Amino acid sequence: MISLKYFASLKSIAGKDEDSLEIESPITIDQLSDIISKTAPKMGEIIREKKVMISVNQEMASADTVIHDGDEVAFLPPFSGGAK
Amino acid sequence: MSTTTDSKIRIQLEDFSVTDEIEAMKKVSRNIGGITTFLGTGRELSKGQNISQLNFEHYPKMAEKKLEEIRVQAIKDFGVIDMSIIHRIGPIDIGENIVLIVAVGEHRGETFKACEWAIAELKRTTPIWKRETTTTGEVWVQDTP
Repeated sequence: MISLKYFASLKSIAGKDEDSLEIESPITIDQLSDIISKTAPKMGEIIREKKVMISVNQEMASADTVIHDGDEVAFLPPFSGGAK
Repeated sequence: MSTTTDSKIRIQLEDFSVTDEIEAMKKVSRNIGGITTFLGTGRELSKGQNISQLNFEHYPKMAEKKLEEIRVQAIKDFGVIDMSIIHRIGPIDIGENIVLIVAVGEHRGETFKACEWAIAELKRTTPIWKRETTTTGEVWVQDTP
């Protein structure tokens, strides 16, 4: 099982702030977006179009990152901490 | 989340005392000759809209990890003696403290540079998000400068 975390604006788009997902074998980010699209089409689209950053186990993921059972995947909209 | 000044990296709901944080950093070394601080505070006007409140959210553990990476990199790249970074989360009113960076060094030059770099890096790499409440509603700010 992998855990999914949504932050800030993505929580209302996904309709949740966290979720979990059973995977039978390691999957890519693209495969994950396909799975998410089935229940949350807009979220899947945002992931595919790379409008969010993705971290796996709190490290930034790249296009070829592979997600394994037990991983924590987080969807991160552009950051806006600090102050101007 | 700790509210003591012991930890040099903190993300906390509570406000902090700038004086206490500076005094804590002065104890790091007797060789400190310059201290630069950056204090970010809640601003009322944003993109022409009046803001009544700000609200910050973070990704626990990852955000602290990123701040620690910034601290370590600042010491390595700029030669400062040390740095502390404190960021508040939760609701923040106009004029309240949001973020504090304290860079201490032997001389002022490296502390100015390290402090400016650190706040830019924080905004670029640290998973913290700001929601602004205005007269027309609430909006997550997504423009990283």
